[in-house]
Amino acid sequence: MNTRPLETADNPAGLRRIAIDPLSRVEGHGKVTLLLDDDNRVRQARLHIVEFRGFEKFIEGRPYWEVPVMVQRLCGICPVSHHLAASKALDRVAGGWPVPPAAEHIRRLMHYGQIVQSHALHFFHLASPDLLFGFDAGVDQRNIVGVAAAFPDAARQGILLRKFGQEVIRITSGKRIHGTGSIPGGMNRAVDPAERDALRAELPQVLAWAQDAVTLARRLHENLPTRYADFADTPAAMMSLVGHDGAMELYDGVLRLRESDGRIAVDGFDDQRYRELIDEAVRPWTYMKFPYRRSLGVDDGWYRVGPLARVQNCDFIPTPNAEAARQAFVAAHGGRPVHAVLATHWARMVELLHGVETVAALLDDPLITGGPLQAEGPRQRSGIGIIEAPRGTLIHEYEVGDDDLVTRCNLIVSTTHNNQAMNEAVRTVALRYLDGETITEGLLNHIEVAIRAYDPCLSCATHALGQMPLAVSLRAADGRVLDHVLRSSTGELLRDGQAHDAEAAQ
Amino acid sequence: MSAVDPTFDLDGQPIALQPGDTILTAAARAGHEVPHLCWSAEVSASASCRLCTVLADGRPVAACVTPAVAGQKVECRTALLATQRLRLLQMLFVEGNHFCPGCEKSGHCLLQVQAERAGMTDLNFEVLNPERPVDASHPDVLFEPNRCILCQLCVRASEEIDGKRVFAIGGHGIATRLVIDSASGRLGDSALSVDDRAAHICPVGALLPKRVGFAVPIGRRRFDTGDTRG
Repeated sequence: MNTRPLETADNPAGLRRIAIDPLSRVEGHGKVTLLLDDDNRVRQARLHIVEFRGFEKFIEGRPYWEVPVMVQRLCGICPVSHHLAASKALDRVAGGWPVPPAAEHIRRLMHYGQIVQSHALHFFHLASPDLLFGFDAGVDQRNIVGVAAAFPDAARQGILLRKFGQEVIRITSGKRIHGTGSIPGGMNRAVDPAERDALRAELPQVLAWAQDAVTLARRLHENLPTRYADFADTPAAMMSLVGHDGAMELYDGVLRLRESDGRIAVDGFDDQRYRELIDEAVRPWTYMKFPYRRSLGVDDGWYRVGPLARVQNCDFIPTPNAEAARQAFVAAHGGRPVHAVLATHWARMVELLHGVETVAALLDDPLITGGPLQAEGPRQRSGIGIIEAPRGTLIHEYEVGDDDLVTRCNLIVSTTHNNQAMNEAVRTVALRYLDGETITEGLLNHIEVAIRAYDPCLSCATHALGQMPLAVSLRAADGRVLDHVLRSSTGELLRDGQAHDAEAAQ
Repeated sequence: MSAVDPTFDLDGQPIALQPGDTILTAAARAGHEVPHLCWSAEVSASASCRLCTVLADGRPVAACVTPAVAGQKVECRTALLATQRLRLLQMLFVEGNHFCPGCEKSGHCLLQVQAERAGMTDLNFEVLNPERPVDASHPDVLFEPNRCILCQLCVRASEEIDGKRVFAIGGHGIATRLVIDSASGRLGDSALSVDDRAAHICPVGALLPKRVGFAVPIGRRRFDTGDTRG
């Protein structure tokens, strides 16, 4: 494939390398490398994911009923998303799709609790220090402890909003983190009425806090210094699930793709056929793959997922206060598509409000306290489960043998969909704010701010299918390349004595 | 307890005896658990795990096979025995592949609960990471040898309850393994039925009825307590 502008410098030799390693206030391990020339002009900028976990491989050979619990260990922040995406895929394998209404409603409750806790965690704990204190503020202040000291009410509300979401997860899965509620074909538990009532009692306060969070996110966005008005503005197509009626839908729906100019490109697309819509490419300098739209190819087919995409991709949000907040978001931008990544925080809080409203409605639903919880039907050899995780579209796909063991697994995680979009954001920020400047910690934080807006979960995102490309160079003390081996994405080994250009930026 | 009942002393507590009692069964009837893995009231005792080792008048014995003797002084909860049990449990963990977070037996697993009761917070020894292929050939029962602790409960249940002798212990030393009585050595070709007691008696997650998985919710599992963290 061709590389994007600034992805690979024409001649990396002699360029000065700056690394932001590790990226802070994101989940998982990643780094950014910049190559600068003598005039501090940016010649190359890359977001690298430096860990490899390989869940797709070690799920192979495991019994399928273990998988919805096992895959939760991908992540400590959004385990419920993996739990439910795997369950939805394996519902089909077990012949239990659709699950009974009671099981679906309890799963939805768990999922929206997850949206609330994850969005609260990200906005208040991880992102708000940048927004409240400024991108250039001292590192001693730019953290949740600094927020708690300077804005104690906001910090407290953020923590309690997250706690509420975690309690919703606990009463539906048995634990706040890594529970077992969802099983192939349904659920293993209903909601205890006493625990439901305890959460219901908190709802008026939690709804008010969620509404305040939208107001705070909007205020922070609209009060950004003028120089950040177009911060990391990276036009991209937008993909998400939506309901059959175009509503925002986070648990189960059809795929919609919208072009960056707002036109709908694909709508009502059956999630079980996602492979006809997107494919994945690899590059040798990162463990994270690059999904792309098949119709546009590797170079032009990248897109964005997550709150900024979802809030603009749906026709409406099916809860009143969040819908009003969505309309305000759209109106504030003149009805034009929004691609400035800092607007993601505002969109994320609109979704948090939607999450709380949906939890409120489900807690009033008598179905969650009982009724048939498991469905049975004819077995299938494979299944696909797609869900809108807090960070975006999450795809789980499994093939299972007649002996009940998983034979193949593919995971396309929200952060992976955003890989190219995040790299583009890094380059946009590098050119706009760092190019030709004397690099300071505050300027480097601008790059992290752009990445952080995507709320990337880097440990979730590195689960390659098949061979990862790999470049290895052996250098003498004076820097001469003594040997160089490149393993291609097909597993072929090439030895050329020349450092691959990708290696220069590792 | 009447004045004439014979007793022995277990950690300072008088324990009443009945004819045929072992130290373990007499203690269990009196509400005192002697830690164990390979013992079950349903089958004969085998003294293979040695977790139930106690000091009977100062001599180490397996409580599951040692007859209780009136007037004997039995020590179960000593610091030395606690350390020995912890080391034994740690060795069992490193010899197999025990990943509780993804295991459907979690919350029902005797190895897990004994480790927790023993205060095990690390493995102490180097893990062996053995390669043991899963046997999913049986339509209704899964054999996951990575979790097998060679307790022989399935061996005894198959022989004594099911009358089949599907299982036996083969090999020596670190290569000791559970073997299956079938031409292929695989469970699917054996005489095991999912209705057999041997398919359900496994104290860990090595022999499991298929497609049950995590059907029992957290809070209602065998070893869940009010302290089970939610």
